[in-house]
Amino acid sequence: MRSFYISLVSEFYKSRKTLAFWAAILLPLIVCSLISFGFFTNSEKILAYHYPPMLLWARYCSASLDSMGMLILPFYVIFMAFSVNNIEHKNDTWKTLFAQPLHKFSIYAAKYVYAVLLVAICLFLFAGLTFTYGHILQVLVPQYNLDQYNPSKLLINSYSKLFLSSLGILSIQFLFSVLWSDFLKPMGIGFVGTIMGIITASLQWKYAYLIPYSLPALALRISKVKKGDLFDFPIFTSEIWTSLIYATILFILGYFIVSRKSIK
Amino acid sequence: MRNLAIETVGLNFNFGNQTIIKDLSLQVPKGSIYGFLGPNGAGKTTTIKILLNLLKSPNDQVFIFGQELNQNRIASLKKIGALVEQPAIYGHLTGRENLINRCILLGINKQKAPEMLALVGLSDSANKRAAKYSLGMKQRLGIALALVSDPELLLLDEPTNGLDPNGIIEIRNLMIELTTNHNKTILVSSHLLAEIERTATHIGIINKGQLLFQGTIDELQLLNKPLLEIETNRVAEAMEFLKNQQIEVISSNQKKITTPYISAEDSGKLNTLLVQNGFTISSLSIQRKDLENLFLDITKQN
Repeated sequence: MRSFYISLVSEFYKSRKTLAFWAAILLPLIVCSLISFGFFTNSEKILAYHYPPMLLWARYCSASLDSMGMLILPFYVIFMAFSVNNIEHKNDTWKTLFAQPLHKFSIYAAKYVYAVLLVAICLFLFAGLTFTYGHILQVLVPQYNLDQYNPSKLLINSYSKLFLSSLGILSIQFLFSVLWSDFLKPMGIGFVGTIMGIITASLQWKYAYLIPYSLPALALRISKVKKGDLFDFPIFTSEIWTSLIYATILFILGYFIVSRKSIK
Repeated sequence: MRNLAIETVGLNFNFGNQTIIKDLSLQVPKGSIYGFLGPNGAGKTTTIKILLNLLKSPNDQVFIFGQELNQNRIASLKKIGALVEQPAIYGHLTGRENLINRCILLGINKQKAPEMLALVGLSDSANKRAAKYSLGMKQRLGIALALVSDPELLLLDEPTNGLDPNGIIEIRNLMIELTTNHNKTILVSSHLLAEIERTATHIGIINKGQLLFQGTIDELQLLNKPLLEIETNRVAEAMEFLKNQQIEVISSNQKKITTPYISAEDSGKLNTLLVQNGFTISSLSIQRKDLENLFLDITKQN
């Protein structure tokens, strides 16, 4: 456990100056700021629709959720899974990392958990900034009446689903980036996978849930379909379970690859 | 086994069908500076990677301080500091941060970082990004990283690569200091004997994955048979004469004939014999091959 903890601290220490780390903070900051700016500058148009506070929150939240689920999140996850391992490929440091008196599993698990944490931080910031900016918008445009509805449940459920649904992509891309040091192979496969995921999810292909890359889009689609109680949708739906199963199997597979990996 | 820091017993290692290490039996005594020599591609780095468990060795073939490596990976690695090939350094971190990161991984006090930087003369560049270091500075940082855990055994793979003459002397002195005053054991690989013959107490010569020689520097010298060089005016005739006298001639050039050196007395007799037969001898001298040539001879043999 100590071995895992120090490996995790080291992952943070060495990546804290890299784009992979800062992207987790800057991405939500930029996307949420742009959306809020749009809602601020177009307030007259939006007010003309006379949305009730709940629907206005739903529209405001879905602006970032939809772009995240469809495109940004898969690409961010692909980039980040690549970066966490690329730091070792690029500097040729696998050999020193595995020559330290640490369990190989701890080194591997710390890298994986660090990648998961970065996704979690990114999505938590998305949820937090959406909530905060929504309330700042309310101060700037009091007619919005955003203070009359609490969107916490919508944000927590949606981003929890997005987070869990992204673990499948994360694990598969993590495995690729452990195996290959070059940028093109994992990015190329990830890119094709994401496009395929978007198409199969939007065509509502019945087996789309088996493709890890379509899971974030599917996770959000289902949340929107449930009309009974708009924001009270279950988190653990079939695509989330699929994502978790993928994540578990690929995590274990990755460890077997790493533990048998000869550092040439 | 008790006095050996490293012992490999008939170690074999293949990459696919290619044999890289063949029946290697290294014996590195505790407290020694073991010069691990061989030409490029001889298997030195592969051996070092096996000793670090980066490459999987068969069980019961590698022992570090008497413990089987595969069964005691973590305990063995705790005792080892290593510099393998080019120093593995995070280029986006400063020299100091690279050392702090290593301190984190080893669970040791971060105060060791500035101490190590001072030891390898990098204090002034501590806050410079390591990517901007020269090759020599990277090599020094690599050595600092290997030393930071105060390991009993140091594996240094061509540590003087890229260092200027001053840097080479400093590393040499550091190795002597570490073994004599701090009781460390050092295995240092090189493809140049001259580079380590002044510091190494023991030598292992490897070529094509096979150990060709292992022993102390003195034992290596014993392999080095002395020669007698005779400078004369009539080389061709003198050679003919010596052959008729059943005296072996190893080589000759326009001025000199080389024969095996047996003793001072025998050299005197040979001189008298040549002079009495009308040859003018302008000089007689004992020659030894330098170790570098001896090393080349040994590695040429297989």
